[in-house]
Amino acid sequence: MAIAVLEKKDFKPEVPPDWCAGCGDFGVLNGLFQACADLQIQPHNLLVVSGIGCSSNLVGFIRSYGVHSIHGRAIPFATGSKLANGAMTVVVAGGDGDGYGIGLNHFIQAMRRNINVTYIVMNNEIYGLTTGQVSPTSETGMKTKTTPLGNLEGMLNPLALALASGCGYIARGFSGQPKHLVQLYKDAIQHPGFALIDVFSPCVTYNKDNSYPWFRERVYKLEDEDHETSNFHAAMDKALEWGDRIPIGLVYRNPAPPPPLDETDPALTGEPLVHQSYEIDAATRRELIQESA
Amino acid sequence: MSEIEVVVGIGGAAGDGTASAGNTLVLSLSRQGIASYSYNAYQSVIRGGHSWLRIRFSPKKPLNHGDQVNALIALNQDSLDRHLQELQPGCVALYNGAKFAPSYDPPSGVQLCPLPIPDLSPDSIRLPVMQNTVAVGALTQLLGLDFAGLESVFETTFAKKPDVVQKNVEAARNGYEYASKNFKPLNTRLTPTDQKWVQVSGNHLLAMGAALAGCKFYVAYPMSPATHVLEWFASHAQRLGICVRQVEDEISVIMMCIGANHMGVRGMCATSGGGFALMSEAIGMAGIIETPAVIINVMRAGPSTGVPTKTEQSDLNQAFGASQGEFPRVVLAPSSMSDCFVTPSQAFNVADRFQLPVIILSDMLMSEGSETVLAEVLDVEFPIDRGELITKADGPPDGEPYLRYKDTPSGISPRAIPGVPGHLHVSASDEHDEDGVLLSDVYTDPIRRKKMVDKRVRKMSTVLDHLPAPVLEGPADAETTLLGWGSTWGVIKEAAERLNAEGTSVNHLHVKTLIPLHIDELAATLNRGQRIIIIENNQSGQFAYHLRAESGIVAHGHIRKYDGEPFEPKHIVASVKDIIGGQEIVDVISTEPGWRTDHPTGTSGTWSGLKVKKPNVPVKN
Repeated sequence: MAIAVLEKKDFKPEVPPDWCAGCGDFGVLNGLFQACADLQIQPHNLLVVSGIGCSSNLVGFIRSYGVHSIHGRAIPFATGSKLANGAMTVVVAGGDGDGYGIGLNHFIQAMRRNINVTYIVMNNEIYGLTTGQVSPTSETGMKTKTTPLGNLEGMLNPLALALASGCGYIARGFSGQPKHLVQLYKDAIQHPGFALIDVFSPCVTYNKDNSYPWFRERVYKLEDEDHETSNFHAAMDKALEWGDRIPIGLVYRNPAPPPPLDETDPALTGEPLVHQSYEIDAATRRELIQESA
Repeated sequence: MSEIEVVVGIGGAAGDGTASAGNTLVLSLSRQGIASYSYNAYQSVIRGGHSWLRIRFSPKKPLNHGDQVNALIALNQDSLDRHLQELQPGCVALYNGAKFAPSYDPPSGVQLCPLPIPDLSPDSIRLPVMQNTVAVGALTQLLGLDFAGLESVFETTFAKKPDVVQKNVEAARNGYEYASKNFKPLNTRLTPTDQKWVQVSGNHLLAMGAALAGCKFYVAYPMSPATHVLEWFASHAQRLGICVRQVEDEISVIMMCIGANHMGVRGMCATSGGGFALMSEAIGMAGIIETPAVIINVMRAGPSTGVPTKTEQSDLNQAFGASQGEFPRVVLAPSSMSDCFVTPSQAFNVADRFQLPVIILSDMLMSEGSETVLAEVLDVEFPIDRGELITKADGPPDGEPYLRYKDTPSGISPRAIPGVPGHLHVSASDEHDEDGVLLSDVYTDPIRRKKMVDKRVRKMSTVLDHLPAPVLEGPADAETTLLGWGSTWGVIKEAAERLNAEGTSVNHLHVKTLIPLHIDELAATLNRGQRIIIIENNQSGQFAYHLRAESGIVAHGHIRKYDGEPFEPKHIVASVKDIIGGQEIVDVISTEPGWRTDHPTGTSGTWSGLKVKKPNVPVKN
């Protein structure tokens, strides 16, 4: 049942996305179809896991195995899945509220843990599905339904946080630049370890501040500049850059990435856990009993 | 218990080595065919405080820690003063006579056994911990046992350190010989048998039972009293090929556990009430995406942080109510430590076959206590039933699309694990149709929504056939039925036997499967018009409410305990008589003076050991 040569259409589902017309998430999804086709990942070997939010609905709009889990908890679900079957390509998709708000701890721990999954965050700097409340990546001063006087809090910087947390592949994309995004996906999926792609994915309905034109005026590609992606400190400088110029592209790639958890756990050095025998022979069983005798 | 038995109490501060002294004794006696049951009452401190380990020894397997200590090993002044007054005529108290002495006169007929520890310790190793070894040696003599049995324990415990073996053997032998020359042996003397006992705890057996039932993935966050499950898995992971992870919180724990199960691996996790609370939302997800998962809640006294090192059966409501909405779940409460061994296998088989979360309610009493079991009881091959699991692409039938959530007569839909070609689907925590596509985004579809709820719930109509039914012990026509659940089985069983021996006609019905309830079996046993007494280790009678809600059966009396300590047989015997005498609810408290403290508020009463304080004898050495 494997498809000989995969094309983008092989990942398109029967169910069309129900996002608002113009939503940035369409570009994110299209890029993912192309990246998976380019990498010739069989749909049955692809597991996409999401949490809850507009962007987390992505899992229903791609032909693959999928899990639409609960708010903020996609990463630990995906981690358990990858540990159980390391042969699967595991992609986690979600939004800024899901990953940088309610699920932030899991995001940090997964980077530290270095599980080999690719994390795509559709960052629109707003809560969309709940109709427009402030998010951890909303800019200070931003007016939303729950910050009518402007956001009093600071803005979370996912790229700097990822660097500090040991993430080995850190990139930022813009759904207005889909071809650029495809390359970032492909590199991220092929990176042996946790990979983050934070994607500016404008919410056309609830975030009038960070719109397509707003991003277009500001973003520039790191690939067009002399950015040294293997240099942690240079990467941190780029991660912190915000304002009139905002970098997109590969921010950091660990030049000597450590092996991921799903390859170092002693139980996972052979074939995937799901294919291993779960039987314990009688001799071993008796040894276990004798430990207490 | 009519059998010959001895209850040993070992008291000291945390760090004094009460547990290791107890382990040495248990191992030594197990190897001589003498069974035991231990319960350790301790505080949530790493050093200091008071730790009180009680071990009941008998050739007939004890099912609880008993009523009364016969032999006290006091490792410090506080322990001696607390517990000496609890001893009855014929009992003995062993302690380091070179360091301290009782602060009051012992009860009459109690033999004081001061041990001159410095004189009895090997010259090269006068460490405080040597007092434990000397005392264990002395007690072995007072129990009427040969020294050789004890010697063998040091040889295996310190197998890699011959000099440590030699020093411990020397200290223990000195204690043994000193006792034979200076003290009178106990009236009850234990006689070796040919039985092969092994010492196990509930946590240990939950872990080992799960591993033998095919658990390949274990994930947890440390929380007392469940942490030893994680430690067992961690120390056996490499050898048994089990992926064992400690992660950031219990939310991550349950999500990883469900994630691994979703991929087709048997995964389990364990925690206590607080961690279980964090898992709630995800348990509902397992319910709606129909992914099996086995979750252990080792209950401790709550609410909130509660009394972290004390036991309680008070998370029944939480297990019933965990997560929003309605979905099928199974809740099992093992009835003894040995039952902890078989419960994971039952849980995994039901979880796999019915594709639902199974919650195991253990408690601190079982999980951190220990009992002996016969080696052959553990040497069994568990049947493994994975249910309708599709692991290869040999279906579905021609032209038929695979429906992950197919509406079947049983409610069970064949489950393809991700990775199998031709069975692509999404598993969603949103309501979904048979093909997995979300319904929640549809304008409105009451018919399909109801169909999917009904499909899931239908699984519960056949699950009972696969779960252990309540067990009735004792005369079927007894005037009173004692009804319990979970860890109280052994203590109720013994109380029932005693009551019958005394002429009070009782039997004992014990429930392990809490959700769903075996209503027919319960009704058949309980609707005879007899007196029903429910015994549970909580304040509000959570099981009594549950039984009444599910079956309409209302108990006549309730015996409850929520002081942090487990029931002892005497509590139940006395309370049953109170209820027969007309009382409706008996709240039991452990009242021995040793439990009391001189806490500033003084609400538990002053502790009489302090009242008659005398100056300590000068310390030798």
